[in-house]
Amino acid sequence: MLLKDEVGMLQRVPLFSGVELAKLKLLAFTSDRVSYDAGQILFRQGDEGDAAYVILSGKADILVDSDDGPIKVAELVPNSIVGEIAILCNSSRTATVRAATPLEVLRIRKDHFLRLMREFPEMTIEMVRVLADRLSHTTADLIDARSANNE
Amino acid sequence: MEPSLARYIWTHTRKQQLWILMIVVLSMIPYFMSFDLPKLIVNGPIQGKGFEQPGATQPFMRLHYDLPFIGEVQFFSGFQLDREATLLALSLVFLLLVVINGLFKLYINTYKGRLGERMLRRIRFDLVDRVLRFPPGYFKRVKSAEVATMVKDEVEPLGGFIGDAFLQPVLLGGQALTAMLFIMVQNFWLGMIAVVIVVIQIVLIPRMRRRLIVLGRERQLTARALSGRVGEIVDGIGAVHVHDTSNYERADIAARLGLIFKIRFDLYQWKFMVKFLNNFLAQLTPFLFYMIGGYLVIEGRLDVGQLVAVIGAYKDLPGPMKELIDWDQARQDVQVKYQQVVEQFTVEDLIAPGIGALTIDDPGPMTNPLSAIGLSIADDGGAMLLDRISLQVKPGETVALVSTATGGAEALAEAFARLNWPDSGRVASGADDLLELPEAVTGRRMSYASSDVFLFQASLRDNLLYGLKHAPLTEMTYDGAAADQRRWNIAEAKRSGNPDLDVHSDWINYASAGATGPHDLFEAVRRVLDAVVLSRDILDLGLRSSADVTRHTELARRIVELRAALRARLDEEGLSGLVAPFEPGAYNKEATIGQNLLFGAAAGPQLADRALAANPYFASVLKQAGLDRTFYDMGMEIAEQAIELFADLPPDHPFFQQLAFMSAEEIPAYESLLQRLKNRPYETVADNDRAMIVTLSFAYIEPRHRFGLLSDELMGKIVTARNQFYENLPPELQNAVERYDPAKYIAAATVMDNVLFGRVGNNHPDAPDRIRSILHDILDELGLYGELLNVGLDFNVGAGGRRLTGGQRQKLDIARALLKRPDFLILNRPVSALDQRMQDRVLRNVLEEARRDGHSPAIVWVVTNPAMAMMFDRVIVFDGGQLVEDGTHETLLAGNGIFKELLS
Repeated sequence: MLLKDEVGMLQRVPLFSGVELAKLKLLAFTSDRVSYDAGQILFRQGDEGDAAYVILSGKADILVDSDDGPIKVAELVPNSIVGEIAILCNSSRTATVRAATPLEVLRIRKDHFLRLMREFPEMTIEMVRVLADRLSHTTADLIDARSANNE
Repeated sequence: MEPSLARYIWTHTRKQQLWILMIVVLSMIPYFMSFDLPKLIVNGPIQGKGFEQPGATQPFMRLHYDLPFIGEVQFFSGFQLDREATLLALSLVFLLLVVINGLFKLYINTYKGRLGERMLRRIRFDLVDRVLRFPPGYFKRVKSAEVATMVKDEVEPLGGFIGDAFLQPVLLGGQALTAMLFIMVQNFWLGMIAVVIVVIQIVLIPRMRRRLIVLGRERQLTARALSGRVGEIVDGIGAVHVHDTSNYERADIAARLGLIFKIRFDLYQWKFMVKFLNNFLAQLTPFLFYMIGGYLVIEGRLDVGQLVAVIGAYKDLPGPMKELIDWDQARQDVQVKYQQVVEQFTVEDLIAPGIGALTIDDPGPMTNPLSAIGLSIADDGGAMLLDRISLQVKPGETVALVSTATGGAEALAEAFARLNWPDSGRVASGADDLLELPEAVTGRRMSYASSDVFLFQASLRDNLLYGLKHAPLTEMTYDGAAADQRRWNIAEAKRSGNPDLDVHSDWINYASAGATGPHDLFEAVRRVLDAVVLSRDILDLGLRSSADVTRHTELARRIVELRAALRARLDEEGLSGLVAPFEPGAYNKEATIGQNLLFGAAAGPQLADRALAANPYFASVLKQAGLDRTFYDMGMEIAEQAIELFADLPPDHPFFQQLAFMSAEEIPAYESLLQRLKNRPYETVADNDRAMIVTLSFAYIEPRHRFGLLSDELMGKIVTARNQFYENLPPELQNAVERYDPAKYIAAATVMDNVLFGRVGNNHPDAPDRIRSILHDILDELGLYGELLNVGLDFNVGAGGRRLTGGQRQKLDIARALLKRPDFLILNRPVSALDQRMQDRVLRNVLEEARRDGHSPAIVWVVTNPAMAMMFDRVIVFDGGQLVEDGTHETLLAGNGIFKELLS
């Protein structure tokens, strides 16, 4: 996959959809293309967050540790981004991500990501929008779950 | 040191000074003879005196003397020579005298020069010897750069002066006195005039020069302070940048230079003023001669002949006088410099010479307990670090010193290491005061390591073995020229009062490390490095450096085996995709195009990096392969992409680290180049512009940059071009590149590159770590671990060890202390730069290693964390300079004292 294809992929990630093409190209160029075999770990729960990942091809599982071992909570498909929370909040990873099939990802380093946000406010605003959207979804889910519990 | 320079010189060079004086007097004989000879030649053969008759002859070299009582005695009647023959003979004698005078001059100058240089060597050595004997407290007050400049620069002028120190005044004084006497004989009163003027010169000029001396001293002090400050800036460059104080430093330096300029300018003004006055006085005398002498002649009390003779004789007076005054100036100048230096080097409490005396045989073990008796130590400000402490450390005992922030345990450790001297009380080994024991005992039977590590700018190995170099243990045998050189070294060292110890001898005390010689020393080294958990770091340094194949032959010999083992292991673990190996007939996708073309390691500047594209032979190969145009187009494409991506970013943007093709500074140059070359036919582009563009393509790696510029066909062509390049390699490039050969070691590449013999894939984030850990295993399996550790030990640690991390430096210091296998091991917060887990691990390892082979040294460890005290036989707690608790870990824990408080 060439740089320009990656830029195309990035455009389809909601987080980046409003960002200028030239910036996306720069982001793609300065990121590392990394491949994983099925079963390999991208990062583990509790690790320090040093990068975000955009899935280019293949699938990956999001796993959370529990008393009975890891439980799969979600699946990542191409065009999704993962790991951005940990770099934004300076927190450790909240889940483990494991390649389910051979996986191609774009690894965006933390300092690059933050630098881009600082330099291109339009990208930051877009990201805030996406995150706020997610939060309202989560809040709605929570209310549903609570009311389900109360019944 | 001797405060008077003259006495210092006289004491050490008396004999030589007298000898050279004698030679100078002797040289006067041919010198005066050569004055007389021209007269003989002109009067005799040229004007024909004594040859009035044709065919007349004169005796030549007739030796006859009028002796008292005996009358005339003729030793030799001489050769009878005619006029032409006499001219020839006398001219030849003249030539002979010229040669003899020249030889005398040569000998005298050489002798004086050598004398001066030997003295300079002696003074410098004496000074450094004193530095080695200064009490430790002194070093808190001096700047190293100032001491260095004193030893190097400030005593330098002494060398030039020493040869003339006694000779010049005797010689010039004699000349001046003779001229003076001659004047006196001609006319007493004219003589008196000359005497009065000379006396005025002698009295006045040195008086005026007194100010010169003061200025000279100031000049010396300010210059020394300047070099001290420059040294400080270099040492503290980090602090300067961190605090944005570079302009403060600039201001300080400029102010100092201004002051130095002012002093120097004052000095010049005054100096030329004195010179003017001196010249004026010298010229005043003839004025008086003409006026008073002329008046006397007119009056008829002096005849003209006498006046002319006096004025003639006076011509010979100012020369020597001036030189004499110059000599005096030089003397004062040098004397000031010398005094200044000596003052700085005259220190109370100098360590007695016997303490550091050379001792070849190892002293016996220290079997007495080490004790502090009523020991008090104050810091420079007068605060008590330790207040009347008494305690005893028995041989074989392990003691943890635990200290509150104001405890004073560090001061005790320093006192045990003789680095901090007691203000009252003492430190003793048995009944002996520790400070009176020779360093040969404490330096070999005791070890000390602290958090404040100093490493020398040398290899890791040299630093590690430094603690074993007490005395030259082997007698080196030299033959041929080397033996002559060695004999000369010894003789010269003795003449300058330097020791003649051979620095090339083997100084390493193997026995003290528990080894028998160079062959098994490495085992001991490896054990201590393992103990301080430094081996892995050194191994990695070894992997990253290029090994000296002349010494590490084993590595070069087994490289093929090593490569195969790595490959096999990677296959076995399903990791073969991690490394793309170099294969002579194939393109390596993970390497740059340049690396694929050259397919070797550049061993010189001709083919390295940017020079590759510009190399004419290389360019011709590309042209032949039809690739020149391709790479040019590719370079243009890359330049466009790079500029499009990066042109808007500020030059210090971190993204530039990702841009392998050009640096941020080059972007504008490439931008204008691109403007110029766009739409220009390839054929009309100048060679160096082409090279600028082509070189961009050489940095391209498809999987990393992903511009889609590489096709299978192109890769094939590149491999063909590679082969063509090597087929006709011109002789001048034969040594500029080492071709990759799967069966050969590449000396110009790092060990890691040699073992990998390929490129680590760009899309495996943790590949380097995994490969390194696999490699560590393989090295162990193949028995090459030691060899590689040895390569790593060649690593140069840089000035003050700054190429190592703080933690590595501390570990190395402990390893050095352990290697000696001491009876008393004193460790003063030695691992403070490490994290707690590593501290515990090193502590455990060190205790174990120190006790290996039934050895049981006493260990005194100032711990950074009270929890570490658990590992020791005995725990001593300090607070406010007092010893507050002393007992086993259990008893202290049981009590409710400070220790328990510190632990919680």
